[in-house]
Amino acid sequence: MKKTPLHAAHLAASARMVDFGGWHMPVQYSGLSNEHHAVRTKAGLFDVSHMGEVIVEGENAEHFLNTLVTNNVSRLVDGQALYTVMCYEHGGIVDDLLVYKRAHQKYLLCINAGNIDKDYAWIDKLAHTFTKLHVHNASNEYSQVAIQGPLAEQIVARLTKVDLKAIKYYHFAEADFLGAHCILSRTGYTGEDGFEIYAPAAHGEKIWNALMDAGAPLGLIPAGLGARDTLRMEMKFPLYGHEITEHTHPLEAGLGWVVKLDKPTEFIGKSALVRAKSEGMKRHLVGVKSLDRGIPRQGYEVYTHDGKEKLGEVTSGTMSPSLGFPIAIAYVKTGFQTIGNKVSIKVRDNFVPAEIVSTPFYKK
Amino acid sequence: MAEKFPKQLKYTKDHEWAQIDGKTATIGITHHAQDALGEVVFVELPAVGKQLKKGDTFGVVESIKAVSDLYSPLTGKVVEINSALVNEPGNVNSDPYGKSWMIKLEMSDAAEAAHLISVDDYQKLVDSL
Repeated sequence: MKKTPLHAAHLAASARMVDFGGWHMPVQYSGLSNEHHAVRTKAGLFDVSHMGEVIVEGENAEHFLNTLVTNNVSRLVDGQALYTVMCYEHGGIVDDLLVYKRAHQKYLLCINAGNIDKDYAWIDKLAHTFTKLHVHNASNEYSQVAIQGPLAEQIVARLTKVDLKAIKYYHFAEADFLGAHCILSRTGYTGEDGFEIYAPAAHGEKIWNALMDAGAPLGLIPAGLGARDTLRMEMKFPLYGHEITEHTHPLEAGLGWVVKLDKPTEFIGKSALVRAKSEGMKRHLVGVKSLDRGIPRQGYEVYTHDGKEKLGEVTSGTMSPSLGFPIAIAYVKTGFQTIGNKVSIKVRDNFVPAEIVSTPFYKK
Repeated sequence: MAEKFPKQLKYTKDHEWAQIDGKTATIGITHHAQDALGEVVFVELPAVGKQLKKGDTFGVVESIKAVSDLYSPLTGKVVEINSALVNEPGNVNSDPYGKSWMIKLEMSDAAEAAHLISVDDYQKLVDSL
């Protein structure tokens, strides 16, 4: 199994380690709900070094990226990040990713750990049709930690003179941080304020330890993949392999806002998505609240409230630590996606009553 | 802290425990099982009167992250269930042997109990994981 630069720190913190897409990663430290609540009320520190980084530079970098991804990269100013997806020709999703614009024609992509090889092969194949372009899989060269929660800024501020307040949501600064050139990005996957810090791999452990030392007195604790998953589910943030896959397209996944059909560049998958839009959605990704005991999980079937007609399937589900009841994200047939609609979820042999609710599930 | 694996109990490789008292077996999951699951948020138990064969699923325990079936280590009839546990699933973590017994079985073949494993063997099994 692959190890991140912070592997030893996790073992020292007695983390429970699991195989996550080929990576030996911490799923929890002190306890999932404890970590979850720390992120909602104080701060949590995540190792996300398993995420992949790809460098895209050269005179044609912007045009290349506008061909690769569905969102409009030309909208970015230097120091701004963009959430987007990249699609296959048939409209299915290769991955979701962040595009960081570091300078004119200099970009960094952040992609999902489990998709690094597949994504880079896809990116490299398209890159071969471009000139004046340099792409490089830099995944092993970076460590990445995410400090998330209402106290995140206060904690990071103890370690740097960088004006953090000047870094707005989905913007970043590049600066010396604890002796290495880092990217301090005001982004995250929890629904809380916070930073994702990209650093040279060898520098990761120093940053982790410094953040823990500075933050622990304020309530910062390390948080694992378990809390990362429940936090993102409460926000209905999609996760590759669950809500989005090569068999789902971004419009039905509720990601129409990152698909710019009217941008000047013809991007991969555009004609399939134009067709999907004109034909109308066959299914919708919705938030579902369970009204009884029984936790919906990925793959469980969603039915009409009387259990007579199958409407779709759950893509993710959990007991919500913040809300105290089970929540699920699911695809349902068009016509059944209205908020307030009563449905049922087949949990083992029982039909559990449930209701389609507005999202995010967790609202401040 | 209570013992991780009480000596008077018998164990299974699926991480259940059984306390044998004449023809009655009281069954739950071990300290190791609750620790591996994480915080338990849901317990589903069978109806009283249900006939179980050794290896049958008799219920489900769910943590925030995972679902796990409960396997009956013995053959018999469910004569009592711990209904209180359904309302306080977190007891499985805090007290897996005391408050968190799950079912009582009236064994139909008392000889089966001889196939359960001893505390020493169970400890070895857990250490090897």
